[in-house]
Amino acid sequence: MAKKAQSSLINMLLSLTIIAVVAAAALAFVSGVTEEPIKQAQIAKKEAAVKAVLPAFDRLEEATIDGVACSKAYDANGELVGMAVESKSSKGFGGNLVAMVGLDAEGNISGYQILETAETPGLGAKANEWFQKGNKGDVIGKNPAGGMKVKKDGGDVDAISGSTITSRAFCDIINNAYEVYTSFQKGDNEQ
Amino acid sequence: MNLLNISGSPHVHSDESTKKIMWRVNLALVPMLLCGIAFFGLNALLISLVSVACCCLFQWLIEKFILKVPTTVCDGSAVVTGLLLAFNVPATADMIWLVAIGALVAIGIGKMTFGGLGKNPFNPALVGRVFMLISFPVQMTTWPTVGKWFPMTLDTTSGATPLGIIKEGLTHEGATVQSVIEANDLPSLTEILLGHIGGSLGEVSAIAILIGAIYLLCRRVITWHIPVSFIGTAFIFSGILWLCDPTQFIDPLTTILTGGIMLGACFMATDMVTSPMSKTGQLIFGFGCGLLTIIIRNWGAYPEGVSFAILLMNAVTPLINRWCTPKRFAN
Amino acid sequence: MKAVDIIKNGLVKENPTWVLVLGMCPTLATTTSAINGMCMGLATAFVLLMSNIVISLLKSVIPDKVRIPAFIVVIATFVTIVQLVMQAYLPDLYATLGLFIPLIVVNCIVLGRAEAFASKNNVWHSLLDGLFMGLGFTWALTLVGMVREMLGAGSIFGCNFIGDNDGMLLFILAPGGFLVLGYLMALVKKIQKSNK
Repeated sequence: MAKKAQSSLINMLLSLTIIAVVAAAALAFVSGVTEEPIKQAQIAKKEAAVKAVLPAFDRLEEATIDGVACSKAYDANGELVGMAVESKSSKGFGGNLVAMVGLDAEGNISGYQILETAETPGLGAKANEWFQKGNKGDVIGKNPAGGMKVKKDGGDVDAISGSTITSRAFCDIINNAYEVYTSFQKGDNEQ
Repeated sequence: MNLLNISGSPHVHSDESTKKIMWRVNLALVPMLLCGIAFFGLNALLISLVSVACCCLFQWLIEKFILKVPTTVCDGSAVVTGLLLAFNVPATADMIWLVAIGALVAIGIGKMTFGGLGKNPFNPALVGRVFMLISFPVQMTTWPTVGKWFPMTLDTTSGATPLGIIKEGLTHEGATVQSVIEANDLPSLTEILLGHIGGSLGEVSAIAILIGAIYLLCRRVITWHIPVSFIGTAFIFSGILWLCDPTQFIDPLTTILTGGIMLGACFMATDMVTSPMSKTGQLIFGFGCGLLTIIIRNWGAYPEGVSFAILLMNAVTPLINRWCTPKRFAN
Repeated sequence: MKAVDIIKNGLVKENPTWVLVLGMCPTLATTTSAINGMCMGLATAFVLLMSNIVISLLKSVIPDKVRIPAFIVVIATFVTIVQLVMQAYLPDLYATLGLFIPLIVVNCIVLGRAEAFASKNNVWHSLLDGLFMGLGFTWALTLVGMVREMLGAGSIFGCNFIGDNDGMLLFILAPGGFLVLGYLMALVKKIQKSNK
């Protein structure tokens, strides 16, 4: 077995420097290789969410309205078919709730997908299924004009059983998305 | 091995035994059981039966096949756990089977894991209850509303407890306790005292609880220290809050009569195994329970905090015991 | 030391989870489902294997006084590689485990094996040790995850067997992690005892 290196200053400096340099080089290489796929994966994830919440479209146009990222969807004739808004609410039970909300050309909800959630498993975490088409709290096709509310607050949305707070946050998300949509519509008409 | 035990005087023998104490506790729980059946009907009876039967069965199975020790089912402690567990769940049809899981957790995790009666750090019934509350949040917070007397049916309408309704209502802007009570037609104090309110089986009738508690006090199974300091602290603390802002906090009398404070203070916090030994310790224990309950009720995520408060205080009981050791007899 | 002993040590006799009780943070945090537990285990196993090999190779050139920083740099490098690769090619898994991957750096089991084994043994033995310690960690995490998923969500590896009903939620929350780990540890101890 080779003799162990002495703990002299020069030895320590040298060995640590060399290890750090080699590690940095290795990481730089891996980072270079994975940079593109990571970007692709992030874009793919977002696109999948946009596709899932909107009616069929041909072309997407990214935009930022009132500081909120959204995608405008157009059909082959250049007509607006809908808009996907990455909407957020901080009123969730576990903090922030982020969802991709799809609104069609009339402003009706065409779909939604929860992107980020810290809600309680089995309760608020059900939000991704609860409000989908055919489920108990179905909101698809509804128009959030005038504000969406759960039944307890005088609205017409069935809250997730046991999770009124999450359901309220969800309504909040929809309303925020709708606001972005209307301010876009207004801006569009003025142009 | 026979060891000669030599202990200091006084050598007084009392005829108290675990068995006697436990059966007395069971007897003290009977008024509540009857009251529960009167308000919630068949469901209440079935839940209690399933819960008690399962607790005894699991205790017997664990002792016989896992620990391989002589069974202690006859000492009645499993029956106490079973009854208290049943009193802590809503009397809905869903519960009849879920309570069996609660019984397994209460006996298996809450008690036998630590070596059986006398060695468990936490009140087994509360362990079972909190397990169920976290595991089955929807079923555990769907409370049957009390309709007519002696409803002999399995279907009941459901709603939140008064505490839940008030907590929920206060999240609206501009809502006050009074406006919520009026809007939801919540029961009056007399109705609350009799137990004509929604809630879990055993927490509805304050009078039935008091009858049982007075019996236990007379029989010296429990002492007054924990219940009085628990309820007293809750009363005073909520009173202070109420005086500060009567629109946002529930008045102290309603506070102690609704929810599980009565049941918890008289029957669960007083559990001999999991509460401190000395009188001073018991006063501290009760104070902590009362304080935590009000804190959880007003600022926590759940509308009711009695079971969490008692479990938390159970956890610090060994510390309290170290702090204030019981005085030696002749000192 | 024989290779077969090293394998046995990692998988059973000195199993990182059941016997050494190291790396409890990821064990409790990531075992909400069998697949999560398994992936976390495999990621840790990869880091263990690679860091054990490299550290064993470098053991004679690293001066004693700076060995810990040197080990940590090596370990952190491999952890970052795992993180980047997972982010690029397994984005869904990264979304659930991402938070815990960087924590492998400070997982006691990795540094522990570097210090206790790789810095004293040859490359072949260190490789075996890293691999089988990692696999020992993996099977433990998979088992914990399986039990928790079964009880908490009513499924095994994502295959639901209770239909629309909910499982016992407590088991996929933090307290369930402690409970399941404790009972499984007791069970493993009992089996080991009766085999002796």
